[in-house]
Amino acid sequence: MNQFQYVRPTKAQAAIDAVAKDANAAFIAGGTNLVDLMKRGVMTPQKLVDINRLPLRQIERVGTGLRIGALALNSAVADDRLVREKHPLLALALNAGASPQLRNMATVGGNMLQRTRCAYFYDVAMPCNKRQPGSGCGALEGINRMHAIFGFSDKCIAVHPSDMSVALVALDATVLLSGPKGDRKLAFADFHRLPGTTPERDTNLEPSELITAVEIPDSPFTRHVHYQKVRERASYAFALLSVAAALDLDGNTIKAARLAMGGVAHKPWRLAAAEQALVGQPATEAAFQRAAAVAMQGAKAFKHNEYKLRLGPNAIVQALKTAAAA
Amino acid sequence: MAANPEPDVPANHNENRRTFLKQSSLLTALALVPAPVVSAAEAKLDERVAESIEKVPLSLKVNGKKYKLSVEPRTTLLDLLRENLHLNGTKKGCDYGQCGACTVHVEGQRVNSCLSFAVMHDGQEITTIEGLADGDKLHPMQEAFVKHDGFQCGYCTPGQIMSAVACVREGHAGSADEIREYMSGNICRCGAYSNIVAAIQDVKQGGQKV
Repeated sequence: MNQFQYVRPTKAQAAIDAVAKDANAAFIAGGTNLVDLMKRGVMTPQKLVDINRLPLRQIERVGTGLRIGALALNSAVADDRLVREKHPLLALALNAGASPQLRNMATVGGNMLQRTRCAYFYDVAMPCNKRQPGSGCGALEGINRMHAIFGFSDKCIAVHPSDMSVALVALDATVLLSGPKGDRKLAFADFHRLPGTTPERDTNLEPSELITAVEIPDSPFTRHVHYQKVRERASYAFALLSVAAALDLDGNTIKAARLAMGGVAHKPWRLAAAEQALVGQPATEAAFQRAAAVAMQGAKAFKHNEYKLRLGPNAIVQALKTAAAA
Repeated sequence: MAANPEPDVPANHNENRRTFLKQSSLLTALALVPAPVVSAAEAKLDERVAESIEKVPLSLKVNGKKYKLSVEPRTTLLDLLRENLHLNGTKKGCDYGQCGACTVHVEGQRVNSCLSFAVMHDGQEITTIEGLADGDKLHPMQEAFVKHDGFQCGYCTPGQIMSAVACVREGHAGSADEIREYMSGNICRCGAYSNIVAAIQDVKQGGQKV
């Protein structure tokens, strides 16, 4: 691994300044993805700014929502009483991700900033426009079993690996950011971006901006929720495809719905049209199947991931059925 | 040695040149480095300048013993334990956070020591497999692994046991299914899983303090 300088500021502003004045600097929190990428030579920061001493771990009520500090550990959020009561979908998604050890290290902000698990991104001997802009996309004509069916471009067909982010986009979360130009807020749905012609940019974070917290507004989705994750072993694997589903039921009638998919696009994929198709419908398998058909409109497969075109709607129906019965 | 082929060059030419380079590079380095490093350099230990830039002080408590160390930032916690402290019980399996062989407790929480830089744990308390037993008396989880044959080759075992202890402490050992889910971060290629689950259930049901 390359050598690097290490600093450990205790104030957010000092951390932002330390990254701002060095183009090759990076923040490090849990490190579960960055250390991995550094060992493989995929990322080679010359300076690491350790933000673990910043006071950004609280989980607290703010107005009519919940604010989760960017450094709150994935395990702490999943076990938090307020999270389980107000946003059980988030707890389910978090516990579907990684392993207990990794959830004890990974933070909320770091989870959002995970890089793709595309094998071509990880292998420095392969072309990858995300790792090395202009070098080409190895996955496009390669082994693309894990890859996107929505929102891809001819430059990149990678998917975002986070489970937590699928729940957060479904729950209409907001991201709080702090940077050299001050603080700002970003809708969670606008945090991650599609690859387009610049797949090297995963998110709309500006250089040296720091995620300080995520806010989730109160919602009626406190009971009928489910996170359906399909993977190649029972646990501890990235999603082939996942679905976050939440229903607000009046008797058996759907008053409101939230649906999002993971493992299908360069960002957590909110299914707004399918949500609309569920409103006013009875919570039946037939209605779920109609919504799933709406959700899959525009999906396109590559050579090895055609299975996702069938797995997608099946997982949506399964997630909605389980949510309705919860 | 034969006669000096360049008699008009002073015999100590090379030495002068080296001294000059040493001094000038030291001055350049001094202009660029932070104060603590400068003080090290002022002690006329120019070789130590580079070392000071690379290494960072680190205080740790490992298995109850305090350490004051100086480490390169790129040293992982796993490598520090194995290479610097010679605590070889913690194993390096994949080194990429995919197998769990390197599981240790940091401040009582189980983590993958391969995916963490040691310097990030300044002031923290680490427990490794070597810190689990009470002298010659095995920890109940170690005894249960022996009793239930919770291993074959044994390479994953330190990580399995550290993870298993945490699993019970966290309250995630309520059923065989829950144990399987919460032990999923520890891979055993010999396939001793069913015996590992039995060992954890035994400890959980035995109600001993873990």
